[in-house]
Amino acid sequence: MTLTTREARKTLRWSVIAGLVMVFTSAVGMMESFDDRLIIYPVLSLGYLMLFWIVPLAGFQATHLPRLEGIEPPGKGLSNVLIGALTGLGAGVILAVFVVVADRFDLREVFVSISPRLVRLLTFEDTLPGGLLATVLIPTLLGTAGGAFHLLRDNLGRRLVLALEWVLVVAILEGVVAQILRQIRLDALGERIYTQRALEWFAAVALFLAILPIPASRTGTNQVERIRQRLFSIDPAQRIRNSVVSAVVILVFLILLPQLLGSLLSEVLANVGLFLIMGLGLNIVVGLAGMLDLGYVAFFAVGAYTVAVLTSSLSPRFAPELSWWLALPVALLVSALSGVMIGTPVIRMRGDYLAIVTLGFGEIIRILFLSDWLSPIFGGAQGILDIPGIPLGVTRVSGISPESILYFAFAFVLIAAWVSWSLQHSRIGRAWNALREDETVAAAMGVNTVRAKLDAFIVGAILAGGAGALFAAKLGSVFPSSFELLVSIIILVVVIVGGMGNIVGVAVGAVVLIGILGGPNVPGLMAEFAEFKLLIYGALLIFMMLRRPEGLIPARARYRELHADEADQDAWLDKSIHPIQSRPSSSETTAEPDC
Amino acid sequence: MRKWVWLLSCFLLAATACGDGEDETTTTQAPTTTEAMMEIPEDPLGLVEVGAGEEIQIRSLNAITGDVAFLGLPNQRGVELAIADYGPISGRSVSVGTGLDDLCSPEGGQASAQVIVSDPSVVGVIGTSCSGAAEAASPLISNAGLVMISPSNTSPALTSDLAGTPGKSYQVGYYRTAHNDLFQGQAVARFVFDELGLGNAATIHDGDPYTQGLAQAFSDAFEGLGGEITTFTAVNKGDTDMTAVLTEVSAGDPEAIFFPIFMPEGGFIVQQIGGISGLEDVVLIGADGLLADNFMELPESEGVYLSGPDLRYGANTNSITGKSAEDFLAAYQSEYGEAPSAAFWAHSYDATTMLLRAIDQVAMEVDGTLYIGRQALRDALSGPGFNGIIGHIECDNWGDCGSQLITVVHHNDARDIESGKSNVVFGFSP
Amino acid sequence: MDSLLWGVRLIAILVLIWGVAGTIVQGLNGAGPSAEAWRDLVVAGIAQGAMYGLIALGYSMVYGVLGFINFAHGEVFMAGAMSGFFVANYLWQVHFWDNYFVLAILLVLLTSVLTSMLVAVIVERVAYRPLRASPRLVPLITSIGISFFIQYSFAGLFGVAVKNYPPAPDSLRNRIGFLGLEIEGTKLAVIVVALISMGLLYLFVEKTRTGRSIRAVAEDKEIAALMGINVDRTIVASFAVGGVMAGVAGTLWSLLFRGVAFHTGFLPGIKAFTAAVLGGIGNLPGAMVGGLFLGTFEGVGSQLVLAGLGIPAVSQLKDVVAFTALVLVLIFRPTGLFGERLSSEDRA
Repeated sequence: MTLTTREARKTLRWSVIAGLVMVFTSAVGMMESFDDRLIIYPVLSLGYLMLFWIVPLAGFQATHLPRLEGIEPPGKGLSNVLIGALTGLGAGVILAVFVVVADRFDLREVFVSISPRLVRLLTFEDTLPGGLLATVLIPTLLGTAGGAFHLLRDNLGRRLVLALEWVLVVAILEGVVAQILRQIRLDALGERIYTQRALEWFAAVALFLAILPIPASRTGTNQVERIRQRLFSIDPAQRIRNSVVSAVVILVFLILLPQLLGSLLSEVLANVGLFLIMGLGLNIVVGLAGMLDLGYVAFFAVGAYTVAVLTSSLSPRFAPELSWWLALPVALLVSALSGVMIGTPVIRMRGDYLAIVTLGFGEIIRILFLSDWLSPIFGGAQGILDIPGIPLGVTRVSGISPESILYFAFAFVLIAAWVSWSLQHSRIGRAWNALREDETVAAAMGVNTVRAKLDAFIVGAILAGGAGALFAAKLGSVFPSSFELLVSIIILVVVIVGGMGNIVGVAVGAVVLIGILGGPNVPGLMAEFAEFKLLIYGALLIFMMLRRPEGLIPARARYRELHADEADQDAWLDKSIHPIQSRPSSSETTAEPDC
Repeated sequence: MRKWVWLLSCFLLAATACGDGEDETTTTQAPTTTEAMMEIPEDPLGLVEVGAGEEIQIRSLNAITGDVAFLGLPNQRGVELAIADYGPISGRSVSVGTGLDDLCSPEGGQASAQVIVSDPSVVGVIGTSCSGAAEAASPLISNAGLVMISPSNTSPALTSDLAGTPGKSYQVGYYRTAHNDLFQGQAVARFVFDELGLGNAATIHDGDPYTQGLAQAFSDAFEGLGGEITTFTAVNKGDTDMTAVLTEVSAGDPEAIFFPIFMPEGGFIVQQIGGISGLEDVVLIGADGLLADNFMELPESEGVYLSGPDLRYGANTNSITGKSAEDFLAAYQSEYGEAPSAAFWAHSYDATTMLLRAIDQVAMEVDGTLYIGRQALRDALSGPGFNGIIGHIECDNWGDCGSQLITVVHHNDARDIESGKSNVVFGFSP
Repeated sequence: MDSLLWGVRLIAILVLIWGVAGTIVQGLNGAGPSAEAWRDLVVAGIAQGAMYGLIALGYSMVYGVLGFINFAHGEVFMAGAMSGFFVANYLWQVHFWDNYFVLAILLVLLTSVLTSMLVAVIVERVAYRPLRASPRLVPLITSIGISFFIQYSFAGLFGVAVKNYPPAPDSLRNRIGFLGLEIEGTKLAVIVVALISMGLLYLFVEKTRTGRSIRAVAEDKEIAALMGINVDRTIVASFAVGGVMAGVAGTLWSLLFRGVAFHTGFLPGIKAFTAAVLGGIGNLPGAMVGGLFLGTFEGVGSQLVLAGLGIPAVSQLKDVVAFTALVLVLIFRPTGLFGERLSSEDRA
């Protein structure tokens, strides 16, 4: 059986991509470094997972034909499997060539991570040339599996992937699962299924088989859509009753959560919370008002330093040693003022100028806090130490007890979310929307663009200042090194990847990125990633922008903006296929297609 | 799907609400027994219990990733080698678990300290690498009753000002084998003023708390001796053009410049200083941040003095394990395939043996379970010292235990870095 | 609002005058840097500025044709410098470097230019071309992702330690008389090479066909396409040219500063973009002048203005001076020193 030229080209393309990704993963040092962490005991390490994940995907993509609405997909058969196998084979050959080269020449003067140990790992502890057989064979098999995936019935395929995802999540997030099991007194179970921080193979198989029968629903966006539709179709009175009940349940849940998680996970979640508050603030500036602020960390610094200067006994110039509760409103006020000061010259500038100028301001503020010149007030490079925590009756809440900090973080997050939400649905929010869509038209329609932009800046600054105040209390000290440019960029990544303009999206982004990968100065749950954290951030950002620029959980309007054609098509199809079913209109208007 | 999520959450809530969600405490009150000898000891801070066949847990908290990994990795490896050399305690092997990363930042230190203290079986920590991380980590660790011994923190704020006033960040249970930077400041000041006979000097730091603290210590000591600090200035990390800062320094016409910074800024300074008129004959003194190969191989680094901990271990042996510096380096090379990339490996080795010896001293076996008292451990560490590879180790009231020996070496040949590192021209001890 | 800005302008002018006056008084009293030191400071600033200018050209070109900030351009520069290092190191080890320095540096230049060009073109093809139709925020954020990705890939591939180029021969490092001043050889070489490169670029953009296509596409993509210009290929060409300039800057950097690491491109990239904005974005001569201005003002300004005000440790505030200059220039002249040149789609 022969391949068409098109198929051959696709096969070649994907096998080269897979091969290069594998070589890259090895040469950069990820494979070797991650190999120390076993995921499924005793067979699979994180290193091998990172190495080979691309191959089944490549095999799948090489034979993937886009599904067009209303058109029957072409027949699947042996060709899928064959193409998948060829793709895997090509990738395996590229990897094998790399292994041979790495073995023959000592490249460590240039490429520091290509060590003999890497070669051993890639040949599965076998010597060349025999080991090369495995190096080529395993990708081939994986590619075949990827191609064969097409042969499965739709639903079965989706269920398989879901089950696999769950097994990997439980295996990789061993820290979280084991901790939760400990907290609910199921330690014995935890010890049985985990060995050396890896999931025992029989537990993995059991979990896989358990999840497999569960029916999988369609993709995330559709699910979000359907939940929205269902929510809007409920009668208002019932909706209010529902929200009160859910609010109470959520509150109880939040109160018990820190106890459930224990101090370690509370610490991680507290850090996530801080970034989330800042993410919500930046969401207003970038997502709602459309201004790219790359110096957002400045407001965070201002809030933290204000609290430090006012509450610490070691504050250099004057130590009023106020209580945190008094320092907080001052910090918020000072942040707002800095928002005005930075915002005023900046809001008239074009979008890209605004980016670089805000970046400049961020750096200016950090360097001023760091400077020897202002060190009589701010402590300079030594920072300000001995910040007492938040006084609460007889005790003090500080970083020593992350559960208590987590409560405060929850409170702040809820307040930030509420502020965000209400502003979004208020007059100001609509002004921001108009501003973001088209500034000229908005101005023509009577929106005071200058005022609106400044307001966005100020609200964002206040939220960041609040986060800073909490941060100072948590850490007990402030150092200028906590406020680098990198922090602004990471917050931006969180907002973008999570879903700009959408509160839940930002929350998901914060949990996934900061919680799992880690922030600029804090480790996440996967401490193994620390070395390659920013590389993965970069790759993730590129991938998201190319494939899903609206973010993981997009705001509906944003999704429509970025995928205008698809949204239009969906609307058209829906109307033509289901002419009787009326779309819930409420406040949203659907795009009226012009045929 | 939503139903499942709700049900699961409710179940978890119920389980937490019903169960005791707190971490288990390890305080055990001694039950009365008839045999006086086999009594489970009491300890005001609690006991760590190690059953038969279990391991004694200590942890390593150092900067092991990123561009500061060269500082922390030798520390962590020193811990591993020391554990291997010391052997088991009361028939139980010692485990260091996974090496933890302090990210050389206070947030990282706090987060990793949280990991440590949430495990009730951990007895002590060897770390941190960076003083900033220690500022945030030591309150947590002290509060949980553990002990922390740092092989490379040098900030005076963590211990004391050597004159009886505890440092701003001093916490009970914190110790270190590294020197106090106030000593290094004094050492360099004496060297410049007395040994070289120079009356005025300038300092350059890089905005890092360690370098700023060291520059400040030098500055205070130098002025105390009667010298004059013409300029106290700084560069920023990431700066490449040093003409501005060197011009600023040249305005004061100093005879010496003390720049206790790191690469690449240190490299840029020595490379560019030749082009600044007025600074042709100035004496350059760096610190242990520049005792690195990629600085010392620069031809322009010839003639620079470098201060740092006294690395002339010679025939010193660690009186606990009996190993000398040579033995250690040979073991390090064979295990890890390279020489240590920073200067505090011996401090780390000695710190670990100090901890292990103290554990051995206070551990008491009763009915097959080993009990280690936390307060007893602190008392043991504050007690009589011993001789380590770095010299005599004995802890003062605020945790400074190291031998405080500082040397200044003169680096003369970029092609022979090893001789440069051992070409001592000035030694200082309090 | 306007009154606030006028107030800022006034304060800026006052501070400048006060600071300069203070420095002049210091100089007259004998304190402060010597005349030779000032000369060296200015020359160093010009050399640094020339490099900023070369990198800024890349930013300006991409902004002109595609309308967004290419954050990854700093990494294009770093890639060139890093690849040049491996060649230079090898040549040094086989003693080719000291014996045939000119030839060696040309080889390094060639490597640097080719690598930078390659990286720039690959990034355009893989990441920016698919996003041609997206709102401008999207490729901007993608470029941030690419910047991180390249930086940390290089850190993983080549290690985090700083890599030092071998030194230039002594003859070059001595002072050379030029226009009556004694200027250090390497700095002079940097300035001269940068000026020549800019001249060549100017000729390229004005006289050659590709250059004219670039200008046409920068003016209006649609109409250029209608006139028969292959827009895709022209955009690739503009990225390539920007890469070439960055590659030249990479070699000059290694002559001057000699140390290169994975993070070497980040800060210069930001400064270079600042310079491009200062001079007027999209405006090539403006980018060059902006670079020279920023490089010089950064070093000189902190000593000239801040030291006169009695501020200690002024060198620490170099970046503050640079960014404040940016803000002030944009407040005084919102379109940059020479005015921006944007395509029809971007003109407000």
